[in-house]
Amino acid sequence: MSAPARKLRVATTSLAGCFGCHMSFLDIDEHLFELVELIEFDRSPLTDIKEVGPCDIGLIEGGVCNAENVHVLRAFRRNCKTLIALGACAVNGGLPAQRNHLPLSECLREVYQFRPGIANGQIPNDPELPLPLDKVRPIHEVVRIDYFLPGCPPSGPAIWKFLTDLIAGRTPRLTGGLLHYD
Amino acid sequence: MHTQPPTPCSALDGILQHHGHRPTELLQILINAQQLEGWLPAPTLTYLAQALRLPRARVEGVAGFYSFLYTRPAGRFRVLFSDNITDRMLGNAELMDALCRKLWIEPGKLSEDGLVSIDATSCTGLCDQGPAMLVNGRAIGQLNHRRINEIAELIRQQRPLAQWPSEYFHIDDNIRRRDALLNLDMKPGAALASAIARGRAGWLAEMQASNLRGRGGAGFATAVKWSSARNAPGEPKVIVCNADEGEPGTFKDRVLLNTYADLVFEGMTLAAWAVGASEGFLYLRGEYSHLLPQLEAVLARRRAEGLLGMRILHEQGFDFDIRIHLGAGAYVCGEESALIESLEGKRGTPRIRPPFPVTCGYLGRPTVVNNVETLAKTCLIALQGGEAFAATGTAQSAGTKLLSISGDCAAPGIYEYPFGVSIARVLEDCGASDTQAVQVGGASGICLAGYEFQRRIAYEDVPTAGAFMIFDGTRDLFEVARSFVHFFAHESCGFCTPCRVGTALLKGFMDKLADGHGAQADLADIDWLDRLLKNASHCGLGSAAPNPVIDTLQKFRPAYERRLVSLDFEPAFDLDAALAEARQLTARDDPGAHLQTHEEGTP
Repeated sequence: MSAPARKLRVATTSLAGCFGCHMSFLDIDEHLFELVELIEFDRSPLTDIKEVGPCDIGLIEGGVCNAENVHVLRAFRRNCKTLIALGACAVNGGLPAQRNHLPLSECLREVYQFRPGIANGQIPNDPELPLPLDKVRPIHEVVRIDYFLPGCPPSGPAIWKFLTDLIAGRTPRLTGGLLHYD
Repeated sequence: MHTQPPTPCSALDGILQHHGHRPTELLQILINAQQLEGWLPAPTLTYLAQALRLPRARVEGVAGFYSFLYTRPAGRFRVLFSDNITDRMLGNAELMDALCRKLWIEPGKLSEDGLVSIDATSCTGLCDQGPAMLVNGRAIGQLNHRRINEIAELIRQQRPLAQWPSEYFHIDDNIRRRDALLNLDMKPGAALASAIARGRAGWLAEMQASNLRGRGGAGFATAVKWSSARNAPGEPKVIVCNADEGEPGTFKDRVLLNTYADLVFEGMTLAAWAVGASEGFLYLRGEYSHLLPQLEAVLARRRAEGLLGMRILHEQGFDFDIRIHLGAGAYVCGEESALIESLEGKRGTPRIRPPFPVTCGYLGRPTVVNNVETLAKTCLIALQGGEAFAATGTAQSAGTKLLSISGDCAAPGIYEYPFGVSIARVLEDCGASDTQAVQVGGASGICLAGYEFQRRIAYEDVPTAGAFMIFDGTRDLFEVARSFVHFFAHESCGFCTPCRVGTALLKGFMDKLADGHGAQADLADIDWLDRLLKNASHCGLGSAAPNPVIDTLQKFRPAYERRLVSLDFEPAFDLDAALAEARQLTARDDPGAHLQTHEEGTP
């Protein structure tokens, strides 16, 4: 692989996801050593950096379920030259989007007011908490997305192939067993 | 809520009997069965499946495919407003709204008393006398508020359709310009006698000399098609007349079948003589079912005159007869292999070609599928000779062409011109002024801007099946393209993913722009979808679906760009509004409880 002149800066985050895609990312195992020769991490669960800065590549796991997700996603879009939807939830909304056919009020009342064992429950309204959107959205419905890497989760080898393509300047293209939607 | 007595099996038995218990007649059987109750209840489908020894899923699959077949109650009065762009330009939306309000119902829903449903349907071929509607399959044109008021009253009084004023159902030919074909006054049988006198080979040679090309739009040489079918193995051979005139803006076949049916049937018989076929079908689109009784009468007369049946004109071995097969509201059945599937009583899914119908068509037999106008033209060739025919028109486009003219002009209707006529000449003749664009060839055709009006109607320049829709300076070409995109999304047969999903996505992008959420990125995505539809679709429907968008993006791009709110990206929905429900539930209104829909500082 022809390495770029400088290390590429990569940020990752999980919005309405389960961190399963990040776990799958770690499944590239010993390739991680090769990877850190080619890239450095910006905001990511691996670095504990809280705010994203200027980056070459952003990887987003999960869909958009609340106002904070929107802010984080927009910050990634502002800072990343290339933004990638990583995994089923980022691509299509995934499991969290199963609430989309229910009114939000029903979901929240069921959880905070009507659940057995709850007395005088109320829907949390602390300004510290981000408000949920009426529907969970795939991230491409909120900002422009450059690439989509499907899978629940995408396998370690798929993520490795995708990233090495991108770093080497090849348009990422997954074929055969690397491309799946489940 | 709709517990109705089960359909009497004796009535269904009668229908089955009439169609000889043939599974190939399934669509016709379903159309007839629906007339019993106005829809197809599940027990009816089950009964028919058992009687025809077909899988239940197959019967339900067919019933679910055609938009004029209902598997749910649709009311005693089923009103469908034609929704071509020309109907929209004549104000169909306002009329539909008015009728819905008068009858207290919502579009697409059945009234609570089960009396009436109102919905929209694709172009019904009355563009020159719209806005139009179908009531229980019967066409009514020239709608206006007065007529809508009367119709509302008739429906409220539950007056049967047979008692409605007959002038409602009057449909005009509106022939404005006649040339070789429409001026032809032929005694039935004259063309046939002439062709029989030449012998089968001599007649085919005459057809070859004529250079006649298919009038359905594709322009394939008719004689080549006929001789391929003639030389193909398999008996009995079949002639199909494609009268599934579904292309929005086209209505010439309706006029030919209404007033020149003898020419059409004689053309089919001429084809049978050349090919050696013994079986003929006229595939009549459901929207034209009002023509059925008179067409059956013409067929009966022709049989009595010895022009159909055994030993036609006393010619030993020349046996040919024609049956009429009704469609039920599926644009894709205009594609010849989908049409053949439909003839066989199946869903109208286009076949993979090759093999082409000329070698492997109806029930695997050699089958010629010709357009109505093509077949009518063969009478001219039989009477006047191939060379005389070839001498008219242009080098590659012999003869004349019927144009179905509608939209912004003084005299919409049927115009027959020799091939080679310029767009400008046509516009002048039909009294169009301040013309901004002309859509030639229907939704799947080509959109011509002012600088192209010197182009000519001919296969070598602007080919067309006949639709010619005119848009003056007051029209918004984006909305024209959007209506066609909706049409294709509705009519996609659902068989192949590029078309099924691609037309839906394209519709989503066009609606996003129309709703004021468009961004530059959407135009790039539209370009990408256009290419995907063009290159990956299974049949011509999918590959033609992006045409209106491709043309208008190229020639009327500002109509798109003025709708963009951002040069980068915009969501298709209002983000702040998406938090409204949560705000209400939590009684919050602090800054953190809001999102700016347009992000500040994005390029």
